[in-house]
Amino acid sequence: MKSWRFFVPLLAVAALGMLLATGLREGHDPRYVPSPLVGKPAPDFVLHDLIEGRPDVSKQSLLGKPYLLNVWGSWCVACQEEHPVLVRYARKPNALTIVGLNWKDEKTDALRWLRQLGDPYAAIAYDFPGRTAIDFGVYGAPETFLVDAQGMIRHKHVGPLSAKIIAEEFESKVAAPAGRSEAP
Amino acid sequence: MTVGKVARRLLHMLLLLASASALAIDPMDFKSPDEEKRFQKLSAELRCLVCQNQNLADSDALLAKDLRLEVFEMIRAGKTDDEIKQFLVDRYGEFVLYRPQVKPGTWLLWFGPGVLLLLGAVVLVRVVRGRGAQLPADARGEEDLP
Repeated sequence: MKSWRFFVPLLAVAALGMLLATGLREGHDPRYVPSPLVGKPAPDFVLHDLIEGRPDVSKQSLLGKPYLLNVWGSWCVACQEEHPVLVRYARKPNALTIVGLNWKDEKTDALRWLRQLGDPYAAIAYDFPGRTAIDFGVYGAPETFLVDAQGMIRHKHVGPLSAKIIAEEFESKVAAPAGRSEAP
Repeated sequence: MTVGKVARRLLHMLLLLASASALAIDPMDFKSPDEEKRFQKLSAELRCLVCQNQNLADSDALLAKDLRLEVFEMIRAGKTDDEIKQFLVDRYGEFVLYRPQVKPGTWLLWFGPGVLLLLGAVVLVRVVRGRGAQLPADARGEEDLP
């Protein structure tokens, strides 16, 4: 009897174990769904601004410089955790523009939230029916997209942002090719 | 209160409960039973992104409701099932499909179990044959015993 045969099942179990272990590694979120939109043009949208009197927010109106599109709602608990990070970030010199996508929210609630917690947004698209959110493939809040000057989606982050995530996942991506196009 | 009245109240309550579960899914006004059937079939095949292991038809999440409405309107607009699925795959990725498409990236998923089964069968046949070759001698030995 060849003795190596004895090890075959052992090896098979070890291989299976390694395969399953990748699903358990730290920092792996099984609920994370990679977006097929990264690397593609942002969907077209035209929405009213949450704040009355301001011009409509659209893909066209935002072209020309990169921005973060931050999906939020006053009903969203994780957004509350994220909000101070955005407020602090927006005050930084050379910070990326943050555009809000207010999702499935009551206007009065959303406005109260901004009064109480601060408003880091350059513009806030108001999407009560959630159509634009569907076009962006949003499945929860907060979610944040990086849209470059040409209107291409460069990155998507699911879940609350931190200063570190903004720097590492978003700013690093703009610094490269999109930044060059901005220089005179 | 008479027994009859109590019974009637109970019956009312039961009926209310039953109707509540029927209304959990937003009422949509279907033009035909065919349209409704198509809608039910599609929404059962699509995954609710919020609750992930539920399909669109069973989910109460707000997003699922929006997506059901979207599916309904696309059916109304005369889109085919494939177009509707593609609309969602373009936005949410293949993860929305409970039945992933057959393509190189999903071959392992589709054919892996079959390959494993085949492999198991081959191993089984070999083991059984190996035993078969040994057995007669042993068996004969036993039979020889008085």
